[in-house]
Amino acid sequence: MPIRNRHEDAMQDAIQDTSYDAIVVGSGISGGWAAKELTEKGLRVLLLERGRNVEHIKDYVNATKAPWQYPHRGGRTRAMEEMYPVLKRDYPLNEKNLDFWASDKDSPYTEVKRFDWYRGYQVGGRSLMWGRQSYRWSEFDFEANSKDGVATDWPIRYADIAPWYDHVERHAGIAGSSEGLPQLPDGKFQPAMPLNCGEELVAGRLAKLFDGRRRIIPGRTANLTRELTGRSACQYRDACWLGCPYGAYFSTQSSTLPAAAKTGRLTLKPFAIASEVIFDRDRKRATGVRVLDAITNQTTDYTARVIFLCASTLNSTWLLMRSATDVWPGGLGSSSEELGHNLMDHHFRTGAQGNIEGLDDKYFYGRRPTGFYIPRYRNLFGDKREYLRGFGYQGGAGRQEWSRAVAELGVGGAFKDAMTQPGRWEIGATAFAEMLPNHANMVSLDPTKKDKWGLSVLKIDCATGENERLMRKDMTADMADMLEQCGIKNVNTYDAGYFPGMGIHEMGTARMGRDPKTSVLNAHNQVWDALNVFVTDGSCMASSACQNPSLTYMALTARAADYAVRDLNRRNI
Amino acid sequence: MTTDENTSDRTPGMIDRREAIMRVTALLGGVALVGGNALLTGCRDADTKADNKASAAAGIDAPFTAEDIAFLDEVADTILPETSTPGAKAAKTGAFMALIVTDSYQPGDQKVFREGMRKLDEASRKAHKVSFMAATPQQRLTLLEALDREQKAYSDNRDAENRKKAEQFLPDQRKEASKDAAAPAAAITADPPAHYFRMMKELALLGYFTSEIGYTRALRYEESPGRFDPCVPYRPGEKAWAGHA
Repeated sequence: MPIRNRHEDAMQDAIQDTSYDAIVVGSGISGGWAAKELTEKGLRVLLLERGRNVEHIKDYVNATKAPWQYPHRGGRTRAMEEMYPVLKRDYPLNEKNLDFWASDKDSPYTEVKRFDWYRGYQVGGRSLMWGRQSYRWSEFDFEANSKDGVATDWPIRYADIAPWYDHVERHAGIAGSSEGLPQLPDGKFQPAMPLNCGEELVAGRLAKLFDGRRRIIPGRTANLTRELTGRSACQYRDACWLGCPYGAYFSTQSSTLPAAAKTGRLTLKPFAIASEVIFDRDRKRATGVRVLDAITNQTTDYTARVIFLCASTLNSTWLLMRSATDVWPGGLGSSSEELGHNLMDHHFRTGAQGNIEGLDDKYFYGRRPTGFYIPRYRNLFGDKREYLRGFGYQGGAGRQEWSRAVAELGVGGAFKDAMTQPGRWEIGATAFAEMLPNHANMVSLDPTKKDKWGLSVLKIDCATGENERLMRKDMTADMADMLEQCGIKNVNTYDAGYFPGMGIHEMGTARMGRDPKTSVLNAHNQVWDALNVFVTDGSCMASSACQNPSLTYMALTARAADYAVRDLNRRNI
Repeated sequence: MTTDENTSDRTPGMIDRREAIMRVTALLGGVALVGGNALLTGCRDADTKADNKASAAAGIDAPFTAEDIAFLDEVADTILPETSTPGAKAAKTGAFMALIVTDSYQPGDQKVFREGMRKLDEASRKAHKVSFMAATPQQRLTLLEALDREQKAYSDNRDAENRKKAEQFLPDQRKEASKDAAAPAAAITADPPAHYFRMMKELALLGYFTSEIGYTRALRYEESPGRFDPCVPYRPGEKAWAGHA
């Protein structure tokens, strides 16, 4: 039996108290970490979540459903497409976890240019559906803006965040291998989920061909290979977007919320839309958060000494823009005129694939919830391209399944029996690439459009630029070249096209920096103009690197929480 | 040998959505990266209003009848008959095909499918002087083999043309991707193919292999494998392990 670690039902009841030590806005990956760290350091914390509660295990309604029990077997229907006009643009629209994605109808936004915004409005946020790939950033990433003269310098370096990566990796549980790569630092890993024999074969050839400069490593993933308190090790079901009944992948529910609840100092409030940070212009600090009840539409003010905004990249910025407008028309944090600007994502959806020969007598068992990773090699170690920065690849190898039958000629018994057997081995990978910060890529409040609750919505104006276009050529061609050199047959490239937001790695709009004139947040994620307001989700990013960002949000959040509590104790904030 | 300094001048081609998803889904089997499986999809979102008018004119809003479902069961069972494992009819594949056409297909595609059922029956009468339902299993098989060759040639041709067109990729072109989480169901329900027999074949395959019989009898399925063995021996004839839940 899986070990249950439900948070206490009682903590949501009878929330009469409106005064706390700290308020955390948002219960996703960053908010869960803020709640855990702040409560463990002795603060009484109110955790606000705009959506419904999702209780660990109990509310994972499809987690143990058999695949054949879905009427459309996981596919989409016209009714679903009508309900979710944005979500339908990509994979999130599916029958299996539709309830975890925010309603496009209730919460619209305005696209000046196409921007796919895939949101999760419930307790746990997108930590329930995330891809779980967890990679540290390196010194190359933190010094890149400064070296390239792009945007503004990060106010921190790798050494500042490294101990916090250690801290969050130990608690979250990251399976990975130590590789000694300067561009992708090793962490405090659980044992890796190994490469399968197809991947191993190609990994060996690639390492030899490129003398180790390019290599295939096991995807580092927030899935347990060893149990942790209250959480079982992965059962290799590979259904991680449904909520895990074993608590084997990191989510707010499996990891940070139980830790916060255990302190007895957490109050979780679902259906609570933070609509404004209340700002005291005389004392230059926030005094609390105005909350709109999503069910009753009633407004309540909650007070606290410190406020963490972890509402997701664009929503934390939206909240700042709605706050302290009597002092700054552009909102709290807008004095630098950078609030809302420098929106980034990772561009991807291009790569190559082909067939591996000579392994027909090999197979694998179990459904591993990760693939392989090829760390960045471009514009590093003497390589110089016509664009800045670089990309990594995420991919996998496996044997064809029955679905190959669609494109093959054949009907009848012999055809059917052949399709019940595994097909040839295939391998492929998709590039995930850095997008440069650009002041012109921005969000603002739409003066006319409102959401279901009458709140103004965001207007998003974002596009990729020349650097991304140039890099994309390598992203496609490099994979094909590597596969061909590794003896892979029938190599095909693909470019499925990309629009900002599709990576679901939105970053920036309230960047950290060294100067209040050019950045929104300081080196400890404090809003320059209100030092007791911390923004620790993806909004704070000053560049995007090419690694999946969530692990960095966790580490920055834990680091900021530590600083906040020390500063509170010093009575500085 | 290419080195870091060389840039390939290979032009990325758009690959057929279905083919892409089928291939890459399998190879990334188990990779549940958010957005991690970049797959091309066809351009859909055609003019739904025009489709609606056309469908109303064609009278295809009428639900599938029991006879229709029996017919689809026989089509699916000819494609995937009982062998050492149960066939498509035992897995109630006809009802599944009707459900997807009704719930997921756009009206224009529904029309192609419905007319395809009529065309298939006409082809049987022409070839064997007997309705498809009255035809012998051998007559049915011979007919569907011919239709399969027809749809394959048609689809391959169309894919090649699309690939040519795709080289002038327009950045504002609407695309819908899928991923392995729900693929191939997501792929198949998102963008039906153009040829009616290709529709029937892929819906029969999806319906059969994702049924309980498909998962547990035609394939091997372990709800909770409990471990990952990265490399095990495989002997020809052994069944494939079914994909993720």
